[in-house]
Amino acid sequence: MADRYIEPDTPELRERWGGFSWKPAWAERARFEIAKYPEGRQRSAVMALLDFAQRQVGEETSTQGWLPIPVIEFVARELDMPVIRVLEVATFYTMYNLVPVGRFHVQVCGTTPCMLRGSDDILAACKARGMKKGHTTDDGMWTLTEVECMGNCATAPMVQINDDNYEDLTTERFDHVLDELAAGRQPKTGTQEPGRHTSEPLGGPTTLEAMVHENHDYRSEW
Amino acid sequence: MPKVTVDGVELEVPAGATVLQACELAGKEIPRFCYHERLSIAGNCRMCLVEVKPGPPKPQASCALPATEGQEIRTDSEMVKTAREGVMEFLLINHPLDCPICDQGGECDLQDQAMAYGRGASRYDENKRAVTEKYMGPLIKTIMTRCIHCTRCVRFSEEIAGVDEIGALYRGENMQITTYLEHAAKHEMSANVIDLCPVGALTSRPYSFEARPWELKKTLSIDVSDAVGANIRLDSRGREVMRVLPRVNDDVNEEWISDKARYQVDGLTRRRLDKVWIRRDGKLQAASWQDAFDAIASVNAGAGVAAVAGDMLDCETMFAAKSLLGALGSTMLEGRQTGMDYDVSNLAAVNFNTTLGGIEHADAVLVVGSNVRWEAPLVNVRLRKAVKRGAKVFIVGPEWDTTFGGEFLGSDLSVLGSLPSHVGEAMSKAARPAIIVGGAGLGSGGLEASLALAKGWNLVRDLEDGERWNGFNVLHMAASRMGGLMLGFAQKGGIADIVAARPKLIFALGADEVDFAKFADSTIVYVGHHGDKGAHAADIVLPAAAFSEKPGTYVNTEGRVQFADKAVFAPGEAREDWKIMRALADALDVTVGFDSFEELRAEMIAQVPALGIEGLADYGHDLPAGGGAASGEIAYPIGDFYMTNPIARASATMQRCSAELVHGEDMAEAAE
Repeated sequence: MADRYIEPDTPELRERWGGFSWKPAWAERARFEIAKYPEGRQRSAVMALLDFAQRQVGEETSTQGWLPIPVIEFVARELDMPVIRVLEVATFYTMYNLVPVGRFHVQVCGTTPCMLRGSDDILAACKARGMKKGHTTDDGMWTLTEVECMGNCATAPMVQINDDNYEDLTTERFDHVLDELAAGRQPKTGTQEPGRHTSEPLGGPTTLEAMVHENHDYRSEW
Repeated sequence: MPKVTVDGVELEVPAGATVLQACELAGKEIPRFCYHERLSIAGNCRMCLVEVKPGPPKPQASCALPATEGQEIRTDSEMVKTAREGVMEFLLINHPLDCPICDQGGECDLQDQAMAYGRGASRYDENKRAVTEKYMGPLIKTIMTRCIHCTRCVRFSEEIAGVDEIGALYRGENMQITTYLEHAAKHEMSANVIDLCPVGALTSRPYSFEARPWELKKTLSIDVSDAVGANIRLDSRGREVMRVLPRVNDDVNEEWISDKARYQVDGLTRRRLDKVWIRRDGKLQAASWQDAFDAIASVNAGAGVAAVAGDMLDCETMFAAKSLLGALGSTMLEGRQTGMDYDVSNLAAVNFNTTLGGIEHADAVLVVGSNVRWEAPLVNVRLRKAVKRGAKVFIVGPEWDTTFGGEFLGSDLSVLGSLPSHVGEAMSKAARPAIIVGGAGLGSGGLEASLALAKGWNLVRDLEDGERWNGFNVLHMAASRMGGLMLGFAQKGGIADIVAARPKLIFALGADEVDFAKFADSTIVYVGHHGDKGAHAADIVLPAAAFSEKPGTYVNTEGRVQFADKAVFAPGEAREDWKIMRALADALDVTVGFDSFEELRAEMIAQVPALGIEGLADYGHDLPAGGGAASGEIAYPIGDFYMTNPIARASATMQRCSAELVHGEDMAEAAE
């Protein structure tokens, strides 16, 4: 995160993205978001619009998408707000990519719970596939970022790839997920632990056991 | 009016006051970085922590906490002391220890407060953050590693200047203050962020590494770059004015000044007239004062002598010239160099009657022929405040980039005769309507047509609170204008009357905008300080003092009489203007009735008593009826904000601003 930077504003960038405008589907969603806010408060839709812009760029480049400067200026024009204010938002939130990313943006959580449960192995697996933190592989498939806590500590370690989380990873399970993605198939999202549904305790509940099948009044037992 | 107790002393504070303001009322100093009286409250530096009961058992940021009834505030407890030390230690974690090479050194809030409220030493031995320099234009030098993220500059450009160009990118420790893609800050007030910056992150580029604050002599003065009369402080060392800083005057400039006022002073050392010049064989050649006086006496003009006052003159100079001409039997005095001939029999009709502070409270404003942003940036700031309070602004004239919106009605003066119905409705329904007539709106019947509108809309009225409201304003551009008009520097037909009278001798007192070709038969004596257009046309050049080199009285566009002091001596053989006039009296063998500056001033005050009283001169509230139709395309007189007077034209800084900000040239940064 510390090395976030804005892709330089070059003539080539202007030429590629200067003519950016909504595809009909995104235009419809942008209108929907803007309409949520009262007259004069349209600027509140800036985060949604930046997201849509990033996704449309993603569709056009067949990647997760990112926000070139001309696209940020387009969003500013759409909302009639100073472009510096839009840029402030885009640089503040790390889910907006400021530089081009690959087909799959692999965000590995490296915060304490994940680290204790083996995120170092996940990062090593990434490295074995040629990924480097903050970089995109030469084939344009993978971009690796180490991120801070994504709130899946109960099913650590986890990675987020584009819009999906993959949890309870081991090196093998992670490799499988990446292989499936590389082959163009959608692997199971969420936890990779067999038998686990979401983030419930493995081997059945450990608290409030009496409430599994029926309502139970614990108050007399306090 | 809540009652609070500050350090055991009970006091009543105004409703809506913050705890910080309450502490200040109690005479307690609260350290702060992000809080600024004229900006919105950010509450992000945490330096103003105090202990407040009732409330959570922890120190609270006093700048963002409203004072409420019965609060017990402590600013001297152990908790407050340790809290301040802690905040200061965190602020200094990433702040470089480069005070010895920092231009802010000696006048730095962080330096002072670290001394007063910080720990003696740092416990931090990790690497410090480093941030790349950001380009913010020719006036603002950035050393962003020093930035403590107070966001005063961001709030200034958004709220006061109205140009969203500075922002804070990224987040947390990585936050960086920058202009959009490092473009130059492009507005007329940009350099005020230098004063606002509590550390040395934003410093003055032209003044960088020039002087230390404690070496400078401070002189109170008045800005002459426009007619607002901003209160300034001239910081000089030896014979040079090193920089200009604003003084606080809520009635005039609050605490801002325009970039031109701040940075034109480097022109005071360039292209100066420091010798007497006489034109011989078509060329100006150096001469002595005596030669010049002899040459002037030999013209034998008698009463055929005229004086044209320039835009930056003080009243004393104009009065001295008036006395000299009076002694010679002439009243051919004029200050409106470019030929304007509006009626000045009633000064209330050519004055900024709402006052600069009052225009903020207007709720409907019609601007006639004024690019306010360039003619008076400080008035533009006030207009922006008025709009933020809900005022509607309509503008007659070619479109310019206002910072407050506003509706352009058309670029021809004839619009005044056929205003759209919603304009008339807004103006007549407003409680405090105002008209601002600018330089381009005064001619072609514009002043009379505006006066007629003023009468129709009843601009002079008694407000509900019993105060008198006179909403008719004329926005001048010359610092000498109102003073000149008070002293009678106006002919009925303007300068054309003087042309028609064909004077044998004409004194151009710092007058550079006159069309001297019309005075081909006259002997032109230029009395001024810069080798500019006036000196080029002159037959005799007498070197005089610039505004920084003489004491003087100035009257701003709202009729406010203000006094300026002398900061440095004029260079070479140049003399103060009034002395030149006095010596000319001897050379022409007449008496002017004063031998010293004090006598001159006393004589001037005897004739125009208002010039002796600091503050607003009273021109009355009766406006002439006006009438008639105005027509003609409006052309704003200022083509380049940074090049409006001889000092600015001589200034390297203003030249660069003009080239880069107005004409859009790319400036290659010098490799350092």
